[in-house]
Amino acid sequence: MSTEVTSAAAEFARRQQSPLQRVQHQLHGRPWLSPLFLLLVAFVAFFIGSATFLTASSMGILLQQTAVVAALAVGQTIVILTAGIDLSVGAVMVLSMMVMATLAKDGGMPGILALAVGVLLATAAGALNGLLVTRINLPPFIVTLGTLSVFTAIALLYSGGESIQADHLPRLLNFLGEGFGIGDFRLTWGIIVVILIYAVMGFVLSQTAWGRYVYAVGDDPESARLSGVPSKRILLAVYTVAGLIYGIAAWILIGRAGAATPNAFPDANLASITAVVIGGTSLFGGRGRLVGTLIGALIVQTLQFGLSQMGVDQQWRVLATGILVIVAVAVDQWIRKVKA
Amino acid sequence: MSTPTLEVAHGGVPEGKEDIYAKEPVLSARKLVITFGRVVGLDGVDLDLYPGEVLAVIGDNGAGKSTLIKCLTGAYVADSGVITLNGQPVHFKKPQDAREAGIETVYQQLAVIPALDIASNLYLAREERRRGPLGSVLRMLDKKGMEKRAGQSVQDLGIQTIQNMSQAVETLSGGQRQAVAVARAAAFGSKVVVLDEPTAALGVKESGMVLDMVKQLRDRGLSVILISHNMPHVWEVADRIHIQRLGGRAGVVTPQTHDMGEGVAIMTGAKRLEGSS
Repeated sequence: MSTEVTSAAAEFARRQQSPLQRVQHQLHGRPWLSPLFLLLVAFVAFFIGSATFLTASSMGILLQQTAVVAALAVGQTIVILTAGIDLSVGAVMVLSMMVMATLAKDGGMPGILALAVGVLLATAAGALNGLLVTRINLPPFIVTLGTLSVFTAIALLYSGGESIQADHLPRLLNFLGEGFGIGDFRLTWGIIVVILIYAVMGFVLSQTAWGRYVYAVGDDPESARLSGVPSKRILLAVYTVAGLIYGIAAWILIGRAGAATPNAFPDANLASITAVVIGGTSLFGGRGRLVGTLIGALIVQTLQFGLSQMGVDQQWRVLATGILVIVAVAVDQWIRKVKA
Repeated sequence: MSTPTLEVAHGGVPEGKEDIYAKEPVLSARKLVITFGRVVGLDGVDLDLYPGEVLAVIGDNGAGKSTLIKCLTGAYVADSGVITLNGQPVHFKKPQDAREAGIETVYQQLAVIPALDIASNLYLAREERRRGPLGSVLRMLDKKGMEKRAGQSVQDLGIQTIQNMSQAVETLSGGQRQAVAVARAAAFGSKVVVLDEPTAALGVKESGMVLDMVKQLRDRGLSVILISHNMPHVWEVADRIHIQRLGGRAGVVTPQTHDMGEGVAIMTGAKRLEGSS
């Protein structure tokens, strides 16, 4: 018996891979590599294109601009990991923000209490999405499309459509807009809160049983159920935690915007979904990493910020973001087709 | 009735194993009924599983094989009927209930999560946490420990082809996936392991591997329910064969008393077992 039998398959396995195939292989194992590469390309391009882009003060502003989207995208990521989608992201945040601000200004409530009520309300809003998805078995797209309108309307009715400026609000509500400078680089407390959210959620997703269940439910809900994963409880928890995160994002937004405005951040939904998708998380659920979402959020904001620094019109920036999403998903599909 | 009848073998006892059947069944079902709207899934089925036996369940498509085991393992809840485990009535509301009672199931669709690795799949919904505050407070998983023990479970079953426990299940072949699912059941099943069509999608060599695993489970003293369409496989490993037909039990035979042709005849209704209901 010879062990030197060369089968056709063994022959194939030893084939010379083209450089492109090798790239594809690397990306398959580490899906966050491609957004990271994209981010680097954007940085180099804007560094060449704009003299003021890669400066300490600009980077500080970029991070501040990214904070809210990055926070929302954490909630969006866990929902998308379960093969769902959350279109009520922005609506929940704005509702929570208007309730916080109105309670503090008109209700005379202490900041801490107004904040707590606002965040709790956002959590309850998330739980409502979760209940509709798990108890009535409606598709997440439909549920959140409905609650998007409901929460937006309630926010407008409750606030009377009026903005509340920061100087009418207790300091605590504006606190996340404050920060400290390291030279020209300004770091706000809001950015630090966002980093904390990523650290906590990243740990939960990768190191705990709950995190595994989120992936399992998203990848194959029936198998997860048969394996003994409490699928419905996990789904409900995911939407609830997402709501909680949107509430915290509302707090960050007040500090960032210096006001609570009922029509603030109109493209929050698309921006958060874009960040998740560019970050390599599959819209079909079960695959993705939170770190990818952070990179995705940075890419979206870098593109916006860099192009505006170069004096490019808003319309062109929207166009560029749209192309980026399509390219990101196309790359994702290509990576999946990797050969063994 | 004009249907030809075979000699009585209702609850027949395989030769040389009489002691097993003198004991009380580990798992019994009486008059299980389940309906889906107007469709009758099970029409009053009885089933007995004795300790340390391989009971095969055969039947035509739609005869209620899968439905029967889903009722026994908590995936479905029967409309009426009684299930007893070691003589005690049990009411499984979800698969987890059956598993906690010591019944492990390998479903036809395997119930593995493709994107998760082998160790994660083996320990899915049974994760072990790290010792100390990392585990109790931060609820951190003992990934290394689970990986090590998963490797041991797989090795115990004599599966050579799977080495790396951190490999995603989607990268495995059909037989390897089956092996992962069986290894999970074997590692945690304390009384009964149920296998639904474990060889359906496998080649000859891989099927042989799975049948060896079935025999190993029995040798460990577990009771096995094997659902299969593959008569040679059934006649190779089963101690007794429960024949399911039209949502009921057409009879129970043994590989010694009846050959495959007779089994198929009873299954399709071409022949009837005398004394069966």
